Amino acid sequence: MSPQEIVNGAPLDGATQSRLLPRTRPFYWSVRREIWENRSIYIAPLAVAAVVLFGLVVGAAHLPTKAAHIITTLDASRQAQAMSIPYDFAAFAILVASFIVCVFYSLGALQNERRDRSILFWKSMPVSDLTTVMAKASVPLVLVPLVTFAIIMATLLVILAISMIILPTRGLPATMLVAAFPLGRTMLGLAYTLVVLALWHAPIWGWLMLVSGWARRAAFLWAFGPPLALSVFEKLAFNTSYVWSLMHYRVTGALSEAFDVKSGHNGMAQLDLSQMDPLKFMFTPGLWVGLMVAAALFAAVVWQRRYRTPI
Amino acid sequence: MACIEAHGLRKAYGATVALDSIDLHVETGRILGLIGPNGAGKTTALSAILGLSSYEGDLKVLGRDPWRDRDALMRDVCFIADVAVLPRWMRVSQALDYVAGVHPRFDRAKAEAFLAKTDIKTTSLVRALSKGMVTQLHLALIMAIDAKLLVLDEPTLGLDILYRKEFYDTLLNDYFDHSRTIVVTTHQVEEVQHILTDLMFINRGHIVLDCSMEAFEQRYAEVMVPPDQLAQARLLGPLHERQVFGRSILLFDGVDRKRLAEFGEVRTPSIADLFVAVIGADAAPAKGVAA
Repeated sequence: MSPQEIVNGAPLDGATQSRLLPRTRPFYWSVRREIWENRSIYIAPLAVAAVVLFGLVVGAAHLPTKAAHIITTLDASRQAQAMSIPYDFAAFAILVASFIVCVFYSLGALQNERRDRSILFWKSMPVSDLTTVMAKASVPLVLVPLVTFAIIMATLLVILAISMIILPTRGLPATMLVAAFPLGRTMLGLAYTLVVLALWHAPIWGWLMLVSGWARRAAFLWAFGPPLALSVFEKLAFNTSYVWSLMHYRVTGALSEAFDVKSGHNGMAQLDLSQMDPLKFMFTPGLWVGLMVAAALFAAVVWQRRYRTPI
Repeated sequence: MACIEAHGLRKAYGATVALDSIDLHVETGRILGLIGPNGAGKTTALSAILGLSSYEGDLKVLGRDPWRDRDALMRDVCFIADVAVLPRWMRVSQALDYVAGVHPRFDRAKAEAFLAKTDIKTTSLVRALSKGMVTQLHLALIMAIDAKLLVLDEPTLGLDILYRKEFYDTLLNDYFDHSRTIVVTTHQVEEVQHILTDLMFINRGHIVLDCSMEAFEQRYAEVMVPPDQLAQARLLGPLHERQVFGRSILLFDGVDRKRLAEFGEVRTPSIADLFVAVIGADAAPAKGVAA
């Protein structure tokens, strides 16, 4: 049957219309609703970017001509390294801001709607608990990484633009910084970092959302209190710190697993962020264990939301 | 087809039985008033019907199991709960966008037309609206949804008289037709008496009265009896007796009105009076005095 025949065959009744409504639409609008409610998702990283940029401009204005002169005496690779410091710093600050945003977002994701009783409104709409939780999970897993990517890249472009204005006033070639930045490679590296972090942190978001749905109040304490208490207990009782290192590994381990780690000159492990190592990351058991735990946690969040009522 | 069909519907919270094996049968096209004291189990019953809580027993709403199929059911069911539940951070325009986005049966133009008659601006935040306006907004959203069942749980709680009156008028004039079913709970029974087609009293998890309004008007009669005829009237077995200005008003169930007319003018009692007669003596938990 051609679409024309379907249209001509009979007037569309409600049931047909609802079948024609793409299943993704409730999901799309659920995500939109999360952004409306949680504007900190983009405001916080933007604010951090603005502060960092402002700091860099003020700092660059103070840059003594002498220091600028020293830079010109360095060899090319050292020069590139020195030049990338502002970018690395800005990127790091924005990443940390995004992480903190995700922590607070996840802790409020299922509690706020119970607090303000709006859960009764959301549940009066034909949106399943699975769709709702998927929309909420997609915020730290997909949306925030995308926003972070855009903001960091924009920040980098602003840094480059500023450098073209400021460098000549210090007797340096205007394109020096632009030349030091392989833009495509930087973008790829950033995208890789964000994907790696999202996958690695997935169980953290699952845990925080589970606590968010479960705790009647003080979600923050319930989320972080028990693991901390456990690690303190472990330290005192057995003088070991497995729990602590497990948590530490889950928060920061992604980078050392996803990038090539070289032994530095003083025996310290040195992280080289330009050396992506996806293969090594793929074969890290921590990644797959983490994803399985995340899947189980999110399944529990979906199951739990069915039973949720206002508090 | 029955809109709501329940057999042995039961819900217990720990040792407290909120609903004790009730049977419900609500036909399409009815307006049912579910009346009961606080803690009687009204909201529990509505939660089960709306798929908001689990239950024991059989329950079918529009042929679906609400607990398993809540999201599918919500295409045909709307509800307004006892308090304003629209998220306070939302803008009116966002509420319209959202419902239009997720609800296949939402008619945005209709909602906007309804809002145009109010003082609500689409750019307003819900938090900036008065309680009456939030209810108007919610009603505008709900009425623009072509639903088969509308559930109202204390929809006018905390509203002033003007809003309350307008609420029910709008509901009846602009929304209700005989393909829809409405279930409403309220304490302000006098306001809904004239719109109901069916009446149900619920107390302590049991249904203590279930009749149509026609049956209600036929069965129940009230008469003010002069003191000298009181003993005689009492022989007819009144359901309830109360004093007004020193005169006794007796409420009868199923007694021939012609016989009652011998004592004075016979009237149909208000729902509130019948409620007091049927439940008043037994509603101790609501007053905090356990029997």
